[in-house]
Amino acid sequence: MKSAAKRAGLCIVTMLIVSFLAYAAFALISGDPAQTLLGTDATPERLEQMRHQLGLDQPFMVRYLKWLLGFFTGDLGISYSYRQTVWSLIAPKIEVTLCMALISFVVIVAISIPAGILAAQRSNGKSGLLSTGLIQLGMAVPPFFTGILVSWGCGIVMKWFTPGDFPGLHSAKAATALRHLFFAAVCIAIPRIAMTVRMLRSTVIGEMNRSYVRTAISRGNDRRGVFLRHVLKNSLVPTVTFLAQTMAEIVGGSIVVEQVFGIPGIGRLLVASISNRDYPVVQALVVIMAFWVVLAGTAADLINQRIDPRLRLGGGE
Amino acid sequence: MLEIRDLHVQFHNRDREAVAGISLTIRDGEILGLVGESGSGKTVTAMSIAGLLPRKQCDYQGDILLDGDDLLHAQRALLRQMHGKKIGVVFQDPMSAMDPLMKVGEQVAEVLRIHTDMDAAQRRAEAVRAMALVELQDPESLYDKYPHELSGGMQQRAMIASAIVIRPSLLLLDEPTTALDVTIQAQILELLKKLNREEHISMLFISHNLNVVRKLCARVAVMQRGLIVEEGETEKIFRHPQHPYTKHLIEAIPTRESARRVKGERRAKKAAEATAAAKAAQGAAPSASAASAETREEGGIR
Ligand SMILES: Nc1ncnc2c1ncn2[C@@H]1O[C@H](COP(=O)(O)OP(=O)(O)OP(=O)(O)O)[C@@H](O)[C@H]1O
Ligand SMILES: [Mg+2]
Repeated sequence: MKSAAKRAGLCIVTMLIVSFLAYAAFALISGDPAQTLLGTDATPERLEQMRHQLGLDQPFMVRYLKWLLGFFTGDLGISYSYRQTVWSLIAPKIEVTLCMALISFVVIVAISIPAGILAAQRSNGKSGLLSTGLIQLGMAVPPFFTGILVSWGCGIVMKWFTPGDFPGLHSAKAATALRHLFFAAVCIAIPRIAMTVRMLRSTVIGEMNRSYVRTAISRGNDRRGVFLRHVLKNSLVPTVTFLAQTMAEIVGGSIVVEQVFGIPGIGRLLVASISNRDYPVVQALVVIMAFWVVLAGTAADLINQRIDPRLRLGGGE
Repeated sequence: MLEIRDLHVQFHNRDREAVAGISLTIRDGEILGLVGESGSGKTVTAMSIAGLLPRKQCDYQGDILLDGDDLLHAQRALLRQMHGKKIGVVFQDPMSAMDPLMKVGEQVAEVLRIHTDMDAAQRRAEAVRAMALVELQDPESLYDKYPHELSGGMQQRAMIASAIVIRPSLLLLDEPTTALDVTIQAQILELLKKLNREEHISMLFISHNLNVVRKLCARVAVMQRGLIVEEGETEKIFRHPQHPYTKHLIEAIPTRESARRVKGERRAKKAAEATAAAKAAQGAAPSASAASAETREEGGIR
């Protein structure tokens, strides 16, 4: 259990470093926020007043710590282009993207785990070729392409949702909103499913050839027993690691799909904010996305420590 | 009890038969030795007995009868009844033969879970008994440990425990001591002798090491290139080897022994100390009184 605490500690340290680097980098490139907010014709007194108001007259480290605390208090400064607090701008977008990512993740897990196991057990002959073909195909279709097809087919033709018109998760039409997200989530999921199936197939086949399997057979286990009692658990660690990586990458992958489906998530906000040079927003989003990646990795390590006793060694017992 | 008649095994991706027609019997209560150079087909023979041949990758013919039941051509379902229950197998490398994610005790008890209707508590008690029988110290707490927490010698003892927990009539040992250091090897041999004597388990003991076989087995079969070239009482074969290959094997030993005898005394003393230390560290009960004597003759033919 000590090693779990160690891992969580490492996670926090990583987040601190990431956030500090992001803050420092944006402080360097973003120039004078007071000037940006007030425009070039502002009087020096007005600028001074604004700087004080934004806390820019305080030392750098103090400003950094205040900003970092803002992730918990919701005070992350003011957006240059929307003139509203960064937090009120990004919070609903995070909700939408997170919701889409979770749907996508559930779809990936629900399909690729059984499919991967099946593909491992039928890896010879025609069914092996078939699964290899499907995997290649799935990995080859980019989400923006399936996105265009799906918005046309399911959106415009079948009218299951209206591309570009996202009703909002808390509106009366929340069900439509969820359907909208679901189709986008499936487009993100397809190549990931193919990758996960491929990973799982080779992992399970690899485990099947390990010598503990021979031992298990020599004790009288049937195929099911060998698989359920031994191979499955041993295949779990690489799978958890892979899925955590997938979870982290889905959020990045949502940027394009949000554009195609007209979903107001952080992906779209990020693209807009970058072109507007809206640094407070970009800064917050970059750090949140980095936190997400670190968090997924930490979760994977903690789960794997529970599965594999050898991974608990690091913490000492 | 076990009779092999004219066994042939040909892997599809090989030119030469791995086993080219061997006949062999293991009598009730004996330890039969099987020696031969690398690739001579010893493991394939054992796997055929254990029903572990990859059937799709090879052609096989002949008969393997265990108390009258055919093992070579039996249905999978029937084989599973034999696996573990009547035949136990111990492999060369205990670390990789154990499931790294399953508790040692659960692995020992697995045969019971499959073949008996004991409840969890009974299985645990039986597993602990078997672990005590193979002289693992504090089996009660070892039960809940994982393989990586055990030394190589302890792992092999646990593997032996898992193979004998249900009291099979035949134990197949495929170079069970090759991966272990010399002192531990000697202890394991003592243990096998004891199990054979007290639990009446017949054994097929596969080894590279003629000296080990001489100590353990009353009878021995010598394999070369898929064939048994000589078979008989160990002492007789050692004194009067008939086949040139056997002669060659036996001649290979004394040269090494004589070279060793020069340093013999000092080494034996050291080995005895090492044995004591290893025993203390490894937690094996003091059984292998002959350990230091065995170390002196550890010479192999590899
Ligand atoms: N699964 C397999 N597929 C193809 N060939 C195999 C397979 N298993 C064994 N063989 C071949 O069968 C022959 C006999 O191998 P076997 O493992 O029985 O030798 P061995 O006497 O046990 O040798 P060692 O002392 O090295 O363990 C070898 O030529 C080997 O390459
Ligand atoms: Mg072998």
